[in-house]
Amino acid sequence: MSAKAEIEIIDAYCKGCSICVEFCPTKVLEMDAFVVKVVNADACIACNQCELRCPDFAIKVHKL
Amino acid sequence: MAYDYEKSIRPGKLPHIWCPGCGHGIVMKGLIRAMDTCGLEKNNTAIVSGIGCASRMPGYLDFNTLHTAHGRAAAFATGVKMAKPEMTVICCGGDGDGAAIGGNHFIHACRRNIDMTYVLLNNYIYGMTGGQFSSSTPPGHLASTTPYGNPDPAFDLAKLAIGAGATFVARTTAFHATQIDKLIVEGIKHKGMAVIEILDDCPTTYGRRNKFRSVVDMMKRLKDIAVPVTAAAKMTAEQLEGKTLTGVLHKEDRPEYCETYAKIIARVQGA
Repeated sequence: MSAKAEIEIIDAYCKGCSICVEFCPTKVLEMDAFVVKVVNADACIACNQCELRCPDFAIKVHKL
Repeated sequence: MAYDYEKSIRPGKLPHIWCPGCGHGIVMKGLIRAMDTCGLEKNNTAIVSGIGCASRMPGYLDFNTLHTAHGRAAAFATGVKMAKPEMTVICCGGDGDGAAIGGNHFIHACRRNIDMTYVLLNNYIYGMTGGQFSSSTPPGHLASTTPYGNPDPAFDLAKLAIGAGATFVARTTAFHATQIDKLIVEGIKHKGMAVIEILDDCPTTYGRRNKFRSVVDMMKRLKDIAVPVTAAAKMTAEQLEGKTLTGVLHKEDRPEYCETYAKIIARVQGA
């Protein structure tokens, strides 16, 4: 399955709350120490849930 | 392209000061999208707040903003609206600011039905000042000033607003991110006092005292307690135990305060 979107993470804004990791329906994201990172980019379905629920403006979902 | 929030935020203000996992950022994103949907211009919009975590919001938003005295957001916003009725006025603040310290100003703004939108972020606690219990802290819950449990019953803020006379009252949670902007859009378009209560999480001063293991637990709780008003109509009282209704709870048409006041001026000057 190919990715439907490219996820951009702004490390300087991320505070590591892990809301995005928990509510991603396809487990694209994972915590890396205190910052989130994309581990399974191909599984992204561009649902935008991580961007909507990121309180820190740290995630941008660029639809492909 | 992803949604550009930064066009509505003052340059260099991010990252914001809210704690990791605080839902205020989610609500601010919803507010930005809602103002964009309504096509509000920066020069014709005033965002007013009092003191508190939620009241930091105008500091980030690149609009006409007022950061005022504790609990007095509704009072200052009333002044702005009366002086410039063509402006869109939005208040934002927390439960401690809006409904406890500023409860008096809040209920009278509702009673007057002045045309403004009050985004009331209810995180059940005074976050910024050190976790004191507020008027919406649930009974039995712990706060820095109620270490053995809160003896007071909590306000239902939406019911308070309806009772005081607000003509548009809605409720959602920080978990329901897309509903936030939909309800704020409806509130902005409504002519009269619109109160949008948004249930929020405070992991730092409320969550850790009340046995929430993580931010995610708090978000899941918000997801679990929310029941849309339409679904609630088909549920029994037992099923609704411990749940909170979300969606548009009240809507009515009543004369708006600025218009009523303008008519009085016209009548007296014409006489």
